[in-house]
Amino acid sequence: MGTINQPRPVLDVSRTPTVVFGHRSVIWWGQFGLMLIEGTMFAIFIATYFFLRTRDTDWPPGFSLPALKWGTINLSILILSAIPNQWLKKKSEEGQLGAVRIGLIAMSLIAIVNCAIRALEFPSLNCVWDGNAYGSATWTLIGFHTFHLVTDMLDTVILTLVMFFTPIEGRRFEDVSVNSVYWYFIILTWIATYLVIYWAPRWL
Amino acid sequence: MRRHGPFLTMALYLGLLLLAGCHGNQAALNSKGIQAARIERLWWLMFSIILGVYVIVLAWAGTAVFRARTHRSENEIPPQVDPIADQRMTRVVGVAIGATVVLIFVMLTSSVVTGHAIANLASKNPVTIDVIGHQWWWEVHYEATQADQTVITANEIHIPVGQPVVIKTASQDVIHSFWAPNLHGKRDLIPGYQNALWIEADEEGTFRGQCAEFCGHQHAHMGFFVVAESPEKFQAWLAHQVSTPPPPSDPIAKHGEEVFLSHPCVMCHTIRGSGAGAKLGPDLTHIASRMTIAAATLPNTRGNLAGWILDSQSIKPGNKMPPNPLKSDDLNALLTYLETLQ
Amino acid sequence: MTPLEQSGTATAVETSRLEKLERIWRDPSGFWGWFTHVNHRSIGKRYMVTAFAFFLAGGVLAALMRIQLARPENHFLSPDLYNQIFTVHGSTMMFLFAVPMMFEALAVYLVPLMVGNRNICFPRLNAYSYYVYLVGGLLLYSGLFTNTGPDVGWFAYVPLSGPDFTPGKRADIWAQMITFTELSALAVAVEVVITAFKMRAPGMSLNRIPIFVWGMVIVAFMVIFAMPAVMLSSTMLLMDRTVNTHFFNQAEGGDPILYQHLFWFFGHPEVYIIFIPGTAIVSTIISTFSRRRIFGYTAILLAMVATAFVGFGLWVHHMFATGLPQMGQSFFTAASLMVVIATGTQVFCWLVTLWTGKVILKPPMLFALAFFFVFIMGGLTGVLMASVPVDLQIHDTFFIVAHFHYVLIGGAVFPLFGALYYWMPKITGRLLNEAAGKWHFWLFFIGFNMTFFPMHILGLRGMPRRVYTYPTSMPWGNLNFLATLGVVLMTAAVLIFIANFFWHLKRGEIAGNNPWGASTLEWATTSPPPVYNFAELPTVNGRDALWDALPNQPIVEGLEEDCRQVLMTKVMDADPDCRHEFPGPSPVPILAAIATSIFFISTIFTAKLFFPTIILVGITLLIWYWPKRQPSLRRKEREIWEQ
Repeated sequence: MGTINQPRPVLDVSRTPTVVFGHRSVIWWGQFGLMLIEGTMFAIFIATYFFLRTRDTDWPPGFSLPALKWGTINLSILILSAIPNQWLKKKSEEGQLGAVRIGLIAMSLIAIVNCAIRALEFPSLNCVWDGNAYGSATWTLIGFHTFHLVTDMLDTVILTLVMFFTPIEGRRFEDVSVNSVYWYFIILTWIATYLVIYWAPRWL
Repeated sequence: MRRHGPFLTMALYLGLLLLAGCHGNQAALNSKGIQAARIERLWWLMFSIILGVYVIVLAWAGTAVFRARTHRSENEIPPQVDPIADQRMTRVVGVAIGATVVLIFVMLTSSVVTGHAIANLASKNPVTIDVIGHQWWWEVHYEATQADQTVITANEIHIPVGQPVVIKTASQDVIHSFWAPNLHGKRDLIPGYQNALWIEADEEGTFRGQCAEFCGHQHAHMGFFVVAESPEKFQAWLAHQVSTPPPPSDPIAKHGEEVFLSHPCVMCHTIRGSGAGAKLGPDLTHIASRMTIAAATLPNTRGNLAGWILDSQSIKPGNKMPPNPLKSDDLNALLTYLETLQ
Repeated sequence: MTPLEQSGTATAVETSRLEKLERIWRDPSGFWGWFTHVNHRSIGKRYMVTAFAFFLAGGVLAALMRIQLARPENHFLSPDLYNQIFTVHGSTMMFLFAVPMMFEALAVYLVPLMVGNRNICFPRLNAYSYYVYLVGGLLLYSGLFTNTGPDVGWFAYVPLSGPDFTPGKRADIWAQMITFTELSALAVAVEVVITAFKMRAPGMSLNRIPIFVWGMVIVAFMVIFAMPAVMLSSTMLLMDRTVNTHFFNQAEGGDPILYQHLFWFFGHPEVYIIFIPGTAIVSTIISTFSRRRIFGYTAILLAMVATAFVGFGLWVHHMFATGLPQMGQSFFTAASLMVVIATGTQVFCWLVTLWTGKVILKPPMLFALAFFFVFIMGGLTGVLMASVPVDLQIHDTFFIVAHFHYVLIGGAVFPLFGALYYWMPKITGRLLNEAAGKWHFWLFFIGFNMTFFPMHILGLRGMPRRVYTYPTSMPWGNLNFLATLGVVLMTAAVLIFIANFFWHLKRGEIAGNNPWGASTLEWATTSPPPVYNFAELPTVNGRDALWDALPNQPIVEGLEEDCRQVLMTKVMDADPDCRHEFPGPSPVPILAAIATSIFFISTIFTAKLFFPTIILVGITLLIWYWPKRQPSLRRKEREIWEQ
């Protein structure tokens, strides 16, 4: 404090908001950091896949390509899920609890379906992780994405439970908004992963 | 100390360096071949540049500290900096950065040019040697147009003086690195890859080399020798290495051959002419013609060989050769036999 | 005292307010309470102590190596033990000391103070990261002490470290230690970026952020982009060894060179992750002890950014002997030389600061000045290695060992000692003994040069690295002996430092707020700071906060002081943006760290425990996240939504 006669000038921040979204939110920044890290992991892994490919004239060895069906179905569902995802994000930033609850249930169901289809994708890859480098790279890449998919599915389910069963404050809406951003990350990384696993062996 | 110290110490270092690195077997600054000579020239160019830079920077730092030092301990807020003076100093920094860029460019260009020069040596018919790395010895093949003219030996490479030689590297197990600094820089031996290293000796001599990529327990004892000799001597050596030694006539040596064939030796080693053809360990057909044993670990004497055969683990613990407890007359006979394998 | 520092004096009303702040912000005392701390200074101190302990352990291992190498054909250590020791020495220094100390410890302790806030972002994650780091380090040493220590070098090249040539758990322990330490560093990296971008004192616009904080932010970004590569390479190694993948098995389409690319894509930025904090420390100390603002703030900042960027494009210079195509190699030579320009820029700016300032030669400054002598020599020998032909002779020899010790010890350890003498008064409230500091400096400086300078010559004389012994017939014995003698001096120096540390806790001169007359915000508060860091949250008027402060520099008011509320500010100009409540002490971080450790460690022994243990981790994370009723209701009542 200054002297008694001259009080210190102050910067009063008491009216600044406590509930913010997007890049104003520290949770969003944390998520952004996570996406940078995981995105880098994906990028490096995809580079690894292609590096290994330069060492093998036969790719996949034995010419057994991954079957397209389940991967493409998953891709379609994921891309379409962007619509409810964006709707949910908007509603959460408006603080509309009822809409958010519905949106979360929908996204949880979508994510569960994605996981179930992913379980069908693995056996239709037509390779095994311990057969050769191609199999190792393919399984690890799709496995890495699956880890994120399952994590976000669980996040969404838990958020759904939270929005139903705990006292709701503004922060919870921030969490829903940020979780929607994470879902976009899942979609984008799946597009990249899908193209590499299913189409790179066919096109290149 | 602060003004003079750095300069004195540096003079000491320079002196040490000039005295120290310049001679000796297995020394990079003691080039005996054209490739190493090219590298050495580049080394001296770059070294003089970096030494000059070091001297200048230290002089600058030493002078700055000495002239600006104060013993007053100040807790007051320092006065604002004179922006004009700082402006002048910006130019100084600019010049320093500019000089750095120029020096870097000089070093880059000379490095690229030297790199290009050492990439290969022009030759229509180079001596081609395959060097295959093993834990912890070097398998050496001299390629020939006729298969039965191929020379297989281990840990000792002979080359003709003044003629280009290409060493093709490969590995049977882990990554090793072939390095004979008197002749050239190193090249890794990587499983699944084949690399080519071109060397050419300028004078006769025996040059030591050593594995330069950590390869397990006995990386420290994986040396080799490159023997550069006149082209005639080299051809003679090659012809001799191709030949199969005659069967032993001396009864003790004959018994030694029987010992060899009836003990674990035969499970790993080849001796042409005896029927032993295993390829897990070094080819011993002309073992007695080699200067060292155990990958340049010990001189090739009867005593050392005896110790090695009986218990190589005490010399090179962890190596792949088991101990061989032999009765002393069996051992004696075996040694006599091996000595006939010139 | 500057106006900001005067905030130390308090009236009666003030005192009860400070008591209340203390109650809200303190971490619990006592044994069990220790495991629930979330205060950044508490965690920062743990990082410092733990990293220093690993430094000592790594030093002991180095001393053992030097004893073995003092004479040719020595039998002090068996080859197996030597190989474990050099691997654990390198791994300790790189993964358990250098990054955790230079980046995590210093950033966690200092960045929130330097930006004028009360805690680091994500306090529980911060605590978690420390426990994860600790377990990773203990894992490595438990391996060493049970004869299961990794013995494949600190970068563990395949195929040597693969399933065919290193049976047992040794390399698995190494690979999983990486996972622990990288997870820890990544968490702190995210926290540092957010703290520096979103939690600065109002008025601290981007161009007023202290160089030290910028250095830590740049390093944080490097960690984010580099560590994934080593996470991947070590996990792929682990998978090759445990579940039979074939990433590096060339018989089935894999490639040992892939491992090198992945490792060094991380490995080269790693050394800049260690070195850039060293430059940040040197910039700070040189400014304070030259009594002027640092010359060339923008140039130094751009140089650090350039080093970070270009540093990602150098990695192949570790692979020049592998036989890659010449044209590609030339690119990496050019990039490796280019980074010299950035480092040179920083050096020139420091030289100008010294030249135009008033130099005070206290121990922190001595250690900072040693940088010129030691690091620059290492950097210049590095220039030799950028050249492919020269590198082909010196690669994997003791010349390289000399080089990297000059750059790492010159670029990190010397500045670190400087930092410890500089900031210890802030941390403990007392100054370290100055005379002992000078003894420490000179003994360490002389001993260091005695040990490592001869190694340049040894490398030129043909001595490869990672050899447990060498022939008597080679001319290497005397220099090796000299190098071992240097260890005695360095040990004495470090012991003096440790004694000084313990002495100063009771008998050091009381420091006061700002014993050095420095300019950054941590010196605006008491030594040690209160648990809430600042009685009045500061605002800032210039790049050197305390030197540029107005006589009546405004303070921040309006935060709720009955909970752990902090101010978030905008990225560009640090204008107040929003308020956020941080969590208080909690056992969840250590529980989650225990679960994570069980998951990581069990999976190197059996794949069957993968799912049960990961579920356990999930449960702890659920407890971590699950909202608490009372705080939620309280916050809901006072909420202000953004427009």
